[in-house]
Amino acid sequence: MSDRLSVLKTYKLYVGGKFPRSESGRVYEVTDSKAKWLANAPLSSRKDARDAVVAARKAFGAWSGATAYNRGQILYRVAEMLEGRRDQFVREVADAEGLSKSKAAVVVDATVDRWVWYAGWTDKIAQVVGGGNPVAGPYFNLSSPEPTGVVAILAPQESSFLGLVSVLAPVIATGNTAVVVASEKSPLPALSLAEVLATSDLPGGVVNVLSGRTAEIATPLAAHQDVNAIDLAGADTDDGLAKELEIAATDNLKRVLRPQPVDYTETPGIDRMTAFLETKTVWHPTGSLGASGSSY
Amino acid sequence: MPTTAHTLTDVAASESTLRRFLHGLPGVDAVGLEARAASLGTRSIKTTAKAYAIDLAISMVDLTTLEGADTPGKVRALGAKAVQPDPTDRTTPATAAVCVYPDMVAAAKQAVAGSTVKVASVATAFPAGRAALSVKLADVREAVAAGADEIDMVIDRGAFLAGNYMKVYDEIVAVKEACGAHARLKVIFETGELSTYDNIRRASWLGMLAGADFIKTSTGKVAVNATPANTLLMLEAVRDFRTATGVQVGVKPAGGIRTSKDAIKFLVLVNETAGEDWLDSHWFRFGASSLLNDLLMQRQKLATGRYSGPDYVTVD
Amino acid sequence: MAFEYAPAPESRSIVDIAPSYGLFIDGEFVEAADGKVFKTVSPSTEEVLSEVGQAGAEDVDRAVKAARKAFEKWSALPGSERAKYLFRIARIIQERARELAVLETLDNGKPIKETRDADLPLVAAHFFYYAGWADKLEHAGFGAAPRPLGVAGQVIPWNFPLLMLAWKIAPALATGNTVVLKPAETTPLSALFFADICRQAGLPKGVVNILPGYGDTGASLVAHPDVNKVAFTGSTAVGKEIAKTVAGTRKKLTLELGGKGANIVFDDAPIDQAVEGIVNGIFFNQGQVCCAGSRLLVQESVQEELLDALKRRLSTLRLGDPLDKNTDIGAINSAEQLSRISSLVEQGEAEGAERWSPACELPSSGYWFAPTLFTNVTQAHRIARDEIFGPVLSVLSFRTPDEAVAKANNTPYGLSAGIWTEKGSRILAVANKLRAGVIWSNTFNKFDPTSPFGGYKESGFGREGGRHGLEAYLDV
Repeated sequence: MSDRLSVLKTYKLYVGGKFPRSESGRVYEVTDSKAKWLANAPLSSRKDARDAVVAARKAFGAWSGATAYNRGQILYRVAEMLEGRRDQFVREVADAEGLSKSKAAVVVDATVDRWVWYAGWTDKIAQVVGGGNPVAGPYFNLSSPEPTGVVAILAPQESSFLGLVSVLAPVIATGNTAVVVASEKSPLPALSLAEVLATSDLPGGVVNVLSGRTAEIATPLAAHQDVNAIDLAGADTDDGLAKELEIAATDNLKRVLRPQPVDYTETPGIDRMTAFLETKTVWHPTGSLGASGSSY
Repeated sequence: MPTTAHTLTDVAASESTLRRFLHGLPGVDAVGLEARAASLGTRSIKTTAKAYAIDLAISMVDLTTLEGADTPGKVRALGAKAVQPDPTDRTTPATAAVCVYPDMVAAAKQAVAGSTVKVASVATAFPAGRAALSVKLADVREAVAAGADEIDMVIDRGAFLAGNYMKVYDEIVAVKEACGAHARLKVIFETGELSTYDNIRRASWLGMLAGADFIKTSTGKVAVNATPANTLLMLEAVRDFRTATGVQVGVKPAGGIRTSKDAIKFLVLVNETAGEDWLDSHWFRFGASSLLNDLLMQRQKLATGRYSGPDYVTVD
Repeated sequence: MAFEYAPAPESRSIVDIAPSYGLFIDGEFVEAADGKVFKTVSPSTEEVLSEVGQAGAEDVDRAVKAARKAFEKWSALPGSERAKYLFRIARIIQERARELAVLETLDNGKPIKETRDADLPLVAAHFFYYAGWADKLEHAGFGAAPRPLGVAGQVIPWNFPLLMLAWKIAPALATGNTVVLKPAETTPLSALFFADICRQAGLPKGVVNILPGYGDTGASLVAHPDVNKVAFTGSTAVGKEIAKTVAGTRKKLTLELGGKGANIVFDDAPIDQAVEGIVNGIFFNQGQVCCAGSRLLVQESVQEELLDALKRRLSTLRLGDPLDKNTDIGAINSAEQLSRISSLVEQGEAEGAERWSPACELPSSGYWFAPTLFTNVTQAHRIARDEIFGPVLSVLSFRTPDEAVAKANNTPYGLSAGIWTEKGSRILAVANKLRAGVIWSNTFNKFDPTSPFGGYKESGFGREGGRHGLEAYLDV
């Protein structure tokens, strides 16, 4: 250790591809597991949440319209960039979650691998959950999954990085855009991830990251009429909050993923992707080729 | 059709204008067309409506014999049947016409003399239409000279399928001219050979533009003849043509219509597509032979309440 | 002389409606605990058809208990055995199809042509389809041994009473759940006849329970703590209430709600088929269809031609006795629904839209509304935004495909849409951009048990039909 004074990073929000401070000008103190000060994180307000939704909505058309291959490329690029900043994240995760460096390294490696896992899903999920339907009549129809739209994600409170990526990657892999509320206590890995996303060809607005009080930010998001779905993973600490948010979400019938016990070290299933996918079935007449003379 | 009579006179100005017009007609979705025809086929026509429909259908029959083995004797029998379909019930209407080959026109004319029954003659190298135009025109002129009231011509399907619409058009115009002032011209498309509904719609407009008095589905000599769907499509065409030009053209499904039930389904198509203006033998015909006896048996059933049998209608 | 179709009524003697029915709980018809009953009338004549027990909270509890008790054995049955029960039910429905079609027409008011040719064939097909899944669930993509949820509380609407029952009960039973189903208060009879079909099929008691009643019965059912799964088809407003009720519980919820489907006609459409599709889209079942094509979006360049053709076609629609085989438009299901339609239509006129109906004589008794078309409608009009759930079509125009898509999507609903064009790439491009669960191109209102059906946005969530429909009833 030299006695050089290090340069501290100002942690900022990530909204619409930019790194603003909270419009409220508020910050809160983030500490490690031993209560040592780590940084001041932005304390997001309702307005920050609103701006994030606007950004996510704006990004939705192009992101959902991108080819699945392209989305896969970009998600894989995220993994690549993350791998390059492995040491930084090992340090941040160790601080955030009170882990040893070696245990934090396992978490970070698993997180990189999770991006890779979901990167590979982008152009396969439609084949797994969609398909042609053998209708009884002269029609062809095809059911395909489509992204639900703007998804608000309350990231897991404990697993601040692996858990975060485990809930975020499936949402954007399938073409949704996201407003993520980082772990309240440990938001720094999420805010740093935003820096990786910003340099991974991911279009601005596809992922927006907010830090602050989960309940404060989640409430306007759950009630927001232009948010299509909400993942309540990070509302699991307070039973009353999840219910309250679910009730607020009924106003525009958001798709709600309730909090449930998840072991983020396990290979996920496809549930977190299908939770935010709609099924669209498109019909067209076929005609009966040559069966009765003039027939098509 | 948003077209006006004026623009319609121009569409046959050249091969390219004609092609552009025909290919600019709205497409036909086969499944939708067939579903509509099938749906109208579920209409339930009972009691008084059925009696009305049966008599109407009888009056619309072009009683047909088009066999190599036709003789004057056979044609005379047919004529007598057309004039007096049910000798046991003189309230039975006469059929619209008898339909024969050109060399039988004179015999047919004699057989229906003094009645309302017309004599229709197939011509233009029926059924294939594969002959020189001069031969086809001679065929038509001889039939007309022998007294034919109506000429059922076949179009040159080969030319149509090859995209030579102008050739088909010119031929119809020429045949129409050969028909003279008296004989009405029915243009047979042989829809089974045209193969697509888009082609049938184009052929319908082509025929009407060229002066057809009737458009007719088929010769009865190929695998697929009149169907509810192709007839529905042609009824849409005559409806739209009248809207566009003010000119009414008749429709004749031919071949494959054998039962009263089938015939009534076709009348429902007419009623709910072209409308009641076409519910008249001047505007709608059935090209058929065995259909008439089934209509007669059904008519007897309605009159007596008993099911009739083939021994109670005449064999022709 | 015109071709006037003589009356061709389907015989009503094929169906024997008892003067009263109880609730169907644990394999028995029983009276409501508090003895309450309500009358069900024929909407076309206002004739009282029968008196039906009205389930209260106590009955809901009894039914849920019966279903819970039955669940243990039913879910433990080999899938192949459950399959055979469902196949039996499907066959009995086919055998009794005409009887059920007449019954449905009497109780609902829709034309016999529809119950005979659409509802009943689809009901039987739905049971056949899901019967086959019962012993193949491990191949459905929901894990190696997907488990049922338990007791399903199901609340269905009055527009397709028996078909909605089939959509609910067939997948629930195939996956090993037991059900408590509440039919709509205006159309309880076919569900009660279905109870008899369960008896004929030898279905173990308690597997299917039928509780006629009003909204409060449904609310008790949805709120019952021992219900594991809630499935609802009906209005968006009620759907939101139900979503609130189940919030914070572990109940799995699927909702199939309202819609304001856009039927988009481009200038290169197959016009005659488009006209049929528009008619079918909005006048099928008197427009009382959640996926109805209630907004016609027509490209300006063909608007006049299309409207002429549409009006001509509407003039041939035959409104009247639903039991007459030639009737195209039957009765509105209830006085309430009729007054809702009338009030929205009056608002449409008041807002300046132009109202048109073909000459059409309405019967003197019963609930009737003439096929109605509104032109000069804009996106701002209430008749372009609210679900009318009646035979009322709002016509809007557009100039470009982008404008068509923008207008089509400009609604909180997202259930269905139609596209009419002969250009394949345009179909695919537009279908891709429409935010709706079912897109019909060059056709409309087609249904099939193999095809997932359900909405985007406020039209609900979850899918019914097809492999997708299993998910709602499995613990995944």
